[in-house]
Amino acid sequence: MCLGIPGQLVEIISLEEHRAIVEVDGVRREVNIGLVMGDPGGIAVGDWVLIHVGFAMTKIDEEEAANSLAFIKLLGSVYDDEIEQFAAEPELTLAGDDAATAADDKMVRP
Amino acid sequence: MTGTAGPDTDGSGAGRDGGHDGEGPELGREEVVLERIEKWRRHRPRLKDEFVNSAHGAGGKASAALIDAVFVEAFRNKTLETMADAAVLELPSGERIAFSTDSYVVKPRRFPGGSVGHLAIHGTVNDLSMMGASPSWISAAFVIEDGFSVEELRGIVDDMAEAAKHAGVTVVTGDTKVVDRGAADGVYITTAGVGVIPAGVHLDARAIRPGDKVLVSGKIGDHGVAVMIARGDLALEADIPSDTAPLNELVEQLLAAAPGTRFLRDATRGGVATVCNELARDAEVGVVLYEHQLPIRNIVNGACEILGIDPLYVANEGKLVAIVPADQADAALAAMRAHPVGADAAVIGDVTEEPPGIVVLRTGLGGSRIVDMLVGDPLPRIC
Amino acid sequence: MRFVDEYRDPAAARLAVAEIETLASRLVPSGEPLKFMEVCGGHTHTIYKHGIENLLPSTVELVHGPGCPVCVIPMGRVDDAIAVAKRPNVIFTSFGDMMRVPGGSGNLLEAKAQGADVRMVYSPLDALRIAEANPDREVVFFAVGFETTAPSTAVTLLKARERGVTNFSVFCNHVTIVPPLKAILESPDLRLDGFIGPGHVSTVIGNRPYRFVPGTYGKPLVTAGFEPLDILQALVMLLRQLTEGRCEVENQYTRAVTDGGNRKALEILSQVFELRPHFEWRGLGFISQSALKLSPEFADLDAELRFAVPGVRVADPKACQCGEVLKGVIKPWECKVFGTACTPETPIGTCMVSSEGACAAYYNYGRLTKIPVKSA
Repeated sequence: MCLGIPGQLVEIISLEEHRAIVEVDGVRREVNIGLVMGDPGGIAVGDWVLIHVGFAMTKIDEEEAANSLAFIKLLGSVYDDEIEQFAAEPELTLAGDDAATAADDKMVRP
Repeated sequence: MTGTAGPDTDGSGAGRDGGHDGEGPELGREEVVLERIEKWRRHRPRLKDEFVNSAHGAGGKASAALIDAVFVEAFRNKTLETMADAAVLELPSGERIAFSTDSYVVKPRRFPGGSVGHLAIHGTVNDLSMMGASPSWISAAFVIEDGFSVEELRGIVDDMAEAAKHAGVTVVTGDTKVVDRGAADGVYITTAGVGVIPAGVHLDARAIRPGDKVLVSGKIGDHGVAVMIARGDLALEADIPSDTAPLNELVEQLLAAAPGTRFLRDATRGGVATVCNELARDAEVGVVLYEHQLPIRNIVNGACEILGIDPLYVANEGKLVAIVPADQADAALAAMRAHPVGADAAVIGDVTEEPPGIVVLRTGLGGSRIVDMLVGDPLPRIC
Repeated sequence: MRFVDEYRDPAAARLAVAEIETLASRLVPSGEPLKFMEVCGGHTHTIYKHGIENLLPSTVELVHGPGCPVCVIPMGRVDDAIAVAKRPNVIFTSFGDMMRVPGGSGNLLEAKAQGADVRMVYSPLDALRIAEANPDREVVFFAVGFETTAPSTAVTLLKARERGVTNFSVFCNHVTIVPPLKAILESPDLRLDGFIGPGHVSTVIGNRPYRFVPGTYGKPLVTAGFEPLDILQALVMLLRQLTEGRCEVENQYTRAVTDGGNRKALEILSQVFELRPHFEWRGLGFISQSALKLSPEFADLDAELRFAVPGVRVADPKACQCGEVLKGVIKPWECKVFGTACTPETPIGTCMVSSEGACAAYYNYGRLTKIPVKSA
């Protein structure tokens, strides 16, 4: 499931009625923010939320979003290192391959 | 838990072993099945329905099945069977004319960027232009529901007059019928048009060759999204006007700059994807489209993402797809871009030898997928 | 589009694929590829839409799971929906996804063509609005979806109650994700090395409900987002788990999913719904405690009680092998009727019914891998 699109809160119509407007690349829609209002930090214009069938399901954590991208970018530099290592190493074996395990350990947490 | 399917009925445990590229019986079986699908796809689509439904009007496979089984079957003639945008007819003098007709039933009748009146003229003008004709004369027949507002009718007809003037065509004949309340959903308009094709202009899917370039005259998806939003039931707000426009002038300039142009088709119902599938099938060539080269407005893309619709299948009312020999692609592009309705023209793909009849999209990510013919209208999805 | 385009970057994708290739080649230097199942139909859709499968090395294979809440609605329930839709005073509202799903004799779109007032809505709140705008008509909402969508239906019911709207009711076909996951894991023919866990369902239920997957069945699971880089990152995380001998639930979709999920949504769910003792899943048979129905407090808004629905069980056609495809036992092309009797235009079973069902996805997008394409 489930088509969920990131949109930015651009207007709060009514906090009581849980009504707000989100915008995605210039397209606006009214959404119900009842499911995210209780989040720590509350909900405010400028926040990014995940929209599904007219409801904001969760706030999008911009820091975590950046972390995910960083994880992948980091793969690039590790990969370059690995190429050099493999070029120098004899044939790899699965268990007990210190060089490979060490490279992986570096990347356990983004 | 009770299952309705038991373990493999023929005992073949195939599929658990081997990957996509493995050798052996599993791959052989897969190829057999794929061949079967390709044969099936090439089959004339068969009509199994007893009743007409909305899928039959969407311009995809269901439409083709209905047209084939009912209309072509009854009227049987070579000209009809070419199923081009307009019929090309030869006069006793040797001159050729193009002749086309279309009906306009869009709802809502008025939407950002235009009305059914604009569509009624532009649609037929464009169909004629796609054959290289110079559209001249239009007929307009109206089926009007009892109780329809004269003011609204005037508004639509004024739009038609304005569009005709702008396109350089004249409405020379027409008809009016009034039907009972409830029978025509307001008003239905049918226009037909005739234009002369200059000597030496031959646009035909069968002229398409591998190596040719696929061009589109501008940004895609505007009209379909504009109308969907204007219907109101999706409660989206977006400044997206329809792209409805006459293409005859653009085509004239395009053909002057790139006389080797093989084929033109306007990307109306079913979008660019449907046009490409049709030409791939008719010319027995492959088409590769490049996702990152498809011109689309950010806001239209945003609306499509929200609704879960693929812009390649969304209707346009002022855009054409052109197949041009590679050495004339630059000239073709420049000519289109020099015209207001072609300002965002782009090269979007290549014609290939393989796989014949299939349209492939190279995704922005670097992968590939097939762009198949639609079954019915693209429907917004939640999943 | 922000939070979308960045996750579709081809250069980053290549990095991820290279890492996947490296890790996988060490784990399975020869022989059978590693098989990971993406449970969620939305993931299947992303995989095909972007052509991810043909970027992956042959050592990694994706198996498409049963996470399409639309496809798994059995034919009998679709017939029930059509029966209600055909009643003269009813306005029947539904998401676009359900419009072409075949029942025993036709689908909602065909019913509409025959005169039923069937209207497509984007949100259940739109259905409620239609009810308020048409006080002398009965408006029914066809509720489908996993735990992602159920809270929206729940909020709508609460609003109906709050605003005193009585001409509104819900035909509830919400299903839950854990039971079919269990059913797959219980299957004796199963051979999977890990799971790409549902993304948006998890924004509601969190990550904790999946702990039984590594805990009881010894398979790693990584919750993933819906963009290509999310899926590729999840694959890297799964491969790393296998490499390091770990087996746990991990979260790749940290920008939207927390371990505990959305408490407000879960509260509302328990207020409005209760679990059915069992529910039939197209292709998978009866699974207990796998679907929701309106709780007794909302019985007056329950379409099943308001209208006498036929409730006839229509068995899947004998030729249908959806169950095996859903469990990853056979591939789509191995089903006897794939591509002939069962096509996207004439779907027999659930896997072909929705564009993200394994068979439809393969038919529409995926068979490309087998067709020779000379690079342009």
